[in-house]
Amino acid sequence: MVAAMRATGDVLVSGTDWDFDRLRRVYDAIEGIATGEFGLDVYPNQIEVITAEQMLDAYSSIGMPLMYRHWSFGKHFAHNEVMYRKGYRGLAYEIVINSSPCISYVMEENTMAMQTLVIAHAAFGHNHFFKNNNLFRQWTDASSILTYLDFAKSYIARCEERHGQRAVERLLDAAHALMGHGVHRYPRKRLPDLRQEEKRERERQQYQESRYNDIWRTVPRGPDAPAEADDAAARKQRLRLPEENLLYFFEKIAPRLQPWQREVLRIVRHLAQYFYPQGQTKVMNEGCATFVHYRTVQRLYDAGQLSEGAMMEILDSHTAVVRQPEFDDPHYGGINPYWLGFHMMGDIARISTEPTDEDREWFPGIAGNGDPWGTLRNVWRDYRDESFILQFLSPHLMRKMKLFHLRDEARASEMVVSNIHDERGYRELRDALARSYDVAVQEPDIQVVDVDLTGDRRLVLHHRQRDGVALDRDDARRVLRHVANLWGYPVRLVEVDAASERCVHEFDDIEPRDPFV
Amino acid sequence: MDIIDRRLNPRGKSLANRQRFLRRARRQIQDAVRDAAKSRGVADVADGEKISIPVDDLREPTFRHAREGGDRDHVLPGNKEFVKGDRIPRPPSGGGGGGSKGSPDGEGEDEFRFVLSKDEFLSIFLDDLELPDLAKKAVKQTEFPTYARAGYSVSGSPASLSLVRTMRHSLSRRMALSRPSLSTLEALEARIAALREAGADAAELTRLEEEHARMLARRKRIAFIDPNDLRYKRFEPVPKPIAQAVMFCLMDVSGSMTEHMKDLAKRFYMLLYLFLKRRYRHVEVVFIRHTHEAQEVDENTFFYSTETGGTVVSTALDEMKRIIDLRYPSGNWNIYAAQASDGDNTSDDNAKAVETLDKVLLPLCQYFAYVEVGSEDKDWTAPDTELWAAYKVLRKPGANMAMRKVRRRTEIFPVFRDLFSREREAA
Repeated sequence: MVAAMRATGDVLVSGTDWDFDRLRRVYDAIEGIATGEFGLDVYPNQIEVITAEQMLDAYSSIGMPLMYRHWSFGKHFAHNEVMYRKGYRGLAYEIVINSSPCISYVMEENTMAMQTLVIAHAAFGHNHFFKNNNLFRQWTDASSILTYLDFAKSYIARCEERHGQRAVERLLDAAHALMGHGVHRYPRKRLPDLRQEEKRERERQQYQESRYNDIWRTVPRGPDAPAEADDAAARKQRLRLPEENLLYFFEKIAPRLQPWQREVLRIVRHLAQYFYPQGQTKVMNEGCATFVHYRTVQRLYDAGQLSEGAMMEILDSHTAVVRQPEFDDPHYGGINPYWLGFHMMGDIARISTEPTDEDREWFPGIAGNGDPWGTLRNVWRDYRDESFILQFLSPHLMRKMKLFHLRDEARASEMVVSNIHDERGYRELRDALARSYDVAVQEPDIQVVDVDLTGDRRLVLHHRQRDGVALDRDDARRVLRHVANLWGYPVRLVEVDAASERCVHEFDDIEPRDPFV
Repeated sequence: MDIIDRRLNPRGKSLANRQRFLRRARRQIQDAVRDAAKSRGVADVADGEKISIPVDDLREPTFRHAREGGDRDHVLPGNKEFVKGDRIPRPPSGGGGGGSKGSPDGEGEDEFRFVLSKDEFLSIFLDDLELPDLAKKAVKQTEFPTYARAGYSVSGSPASLSLVRTMRHSLSRRMALSRPSLSTLEALEARIAALREAGADAAELTRLEEEHARMLARRKRIAFIDPNDLRYKRFEPVPKPIAQAVMFCLMDVSGSMTEHMKDLAKRFYMLLYLFLKRRYRHVEVVFIRHTHEAQEVDENTFFYSTETGGTVVSTALDEMKRIIDLRYPSGNWNIYAAQASDGDNTSDDNAKAVETLDKVLLPLCQYFAYVEVGSEDKDWTAPDTELWAAYKVLRKPGANMAMRKVRRRTEIFPVFRDLFSREREAA
């Protein structure tokens, strides 16, 4: 009997109403568990109580407390409002921001039990993940994001005053269209700045002059190398092509942009970079937060600090969050990251405490090490979704989830079940699932490959297709129009098959209709 | 750890974004609003409106993969009977067994739905309408002088005397001229009294008494409040726009007016009311019905009670004149009138009605609209009705009088827009 085992502690959470005093006491209790037993390491917390309308506000400005102004945020607000008012969609119980201090928004409508859940989930689960995960540490700067947003907001407001709302809005439209292509995905050589470059060029020249000796002119040389090819190579080198960070490319290279327009592109690029890790760690981030809140409320309940009713309410909403309809269910809409993450975290904890022989064979590194929280903390620090699944999805869990792999080839008339959850299939099944979380597969690979500098300055983009998956033509043409306006000269997009380098489709050249100048 | 209560923060943080969004979608929203107004009937128009607009201009395009084509992998949960190598027919709707089924933010939909607030709806609904000739004719009439404080003056009526200013001037003058204060005088008198009591030092006593006499004389010469000190609050006339309007609804309720015609008239009045309401802070409505005699009634009686009798239009016009004189002086009120009728009138009254309108009412009114309502099957090629023929003479360029014919509900709004649209050609 669980009830018999419960300590008769001071009941902190019962009933529905909450007040600030109780919130604080519950926070302290959770903090004790999370930083003590679980060993979590978090940014200082700032919990803000907001109304439903403010939650809608936060929703529509991509969850940030401040944001520059743009019609698209108004559009999302209008849409969310209708969905919410008609009851199609509830509001999130919380929003948490990767900043230091870590800001968690909680809604005033939440019951005391929900507030408890939310604090454990956001203020400790997500917060720990933000602070410790390598991707976040590498790509985002939590301590300065709010200051930067403040700058961005006022900078864009000033631009609107000076250049007109219309001009700024068009520029932001174009920048937003390329936001998915505004991140340096791979660490790169530090770019030497142009002034340095010029100086070095002068030094080279001087060196050449100092070493000049007319006698070398008389020494016979081989046939001249083809000048044309050299030119193209030099040009690509000079423009640092190919370049996959389109926003960066336009910010630095586009010939006709004004300085303020470059700065706006830069702002959008910085935002894209700030959000870049979130897309790659959805499963882990939610898994971490969900696992932390689940274990935390269990501890609170065991210590008698949670009433039976509150526990029931929390479990009810917890199960709703981690619900995964099966593939043939009408509600199926892809794999629920909460579900996958939560179960994988639980599975890792199980492997490290009560491993089976199979686990020992598959995970010799962590099986039976007896330190579930230490293991999890390492996982949360070092992995992102793709590598996390590739490394830690266990056969036990694949069986439990009854995963299977469906291969859908364009030239075949039917889909084939290529692997199921059995001995022969575990590895490939796991690979396939991990691959579906790989950014390189999810997002089209688009690169600037060449600029015809001597001719009509046409910009050439390549989309490197994988597995014959093409771009959505309609949307691509719309984006190209933005690209042409940014570049100021014609733009051509070519789809190339990544494996064979064969040209698959060429979009018509798009002329700038109304270039930014 | 901080817990911060943000619930009292100013609301409408995303208002600026919303306005940008509405401006962006203006054309589509306008079309949608017009459609809604046509099909819905005027009574609902005042409410906020759910609007669907095509997403075309509102699309936020990105480079993304097409939904179909290419070789794809799906990993799905919940296997029941599949084993390796099973073949499954491709589901018809594309996207394979799983994957994206419409993006979560509703981007994939063809229509974008949202709710306009009442104010937003009205502002778009009445967007390109303007009060007729307001700028030209009514600048003088819509202003009314009121008095506002403007500093101080040295003359004025006793009622506007500024005591504080006056006393301040009085005090500074008394100090400047060193008028002995009452307390100094009393102190001196006390010393004189004390010396008299003691009876010694007669010389000193005499000196003090002389001093006392001098003080008294000085106090007498230098007035406590001099006419020079007086200051009055000054008022200046400031022209102030009048933000109130009265709307007269005139209607023929004789037997020939059917329910249908009254309904048309009612809708027209409602539009006018909404329209005025947006322009003026305060709008009053006066209902005057008439048969062969006119009376002012409340709204319910106006629309729903039936009367019998002949039709004498000039009685209603006279009644309107009487009410204006009684309650709505044209200096204080912007006056609008809308008359609805099926066009019947007693023949010998036409001349009188036209004269009253032309000489008396039109100069008082901001605008006078005559709407001739007819049954749906009415043939407009028929000769003009009595009243239409009579009023026609008043219709000239630049006049603040307009007339239109309406026979269907759907025509109400176009006619209304026609009357009040900004680019209204001279009627």
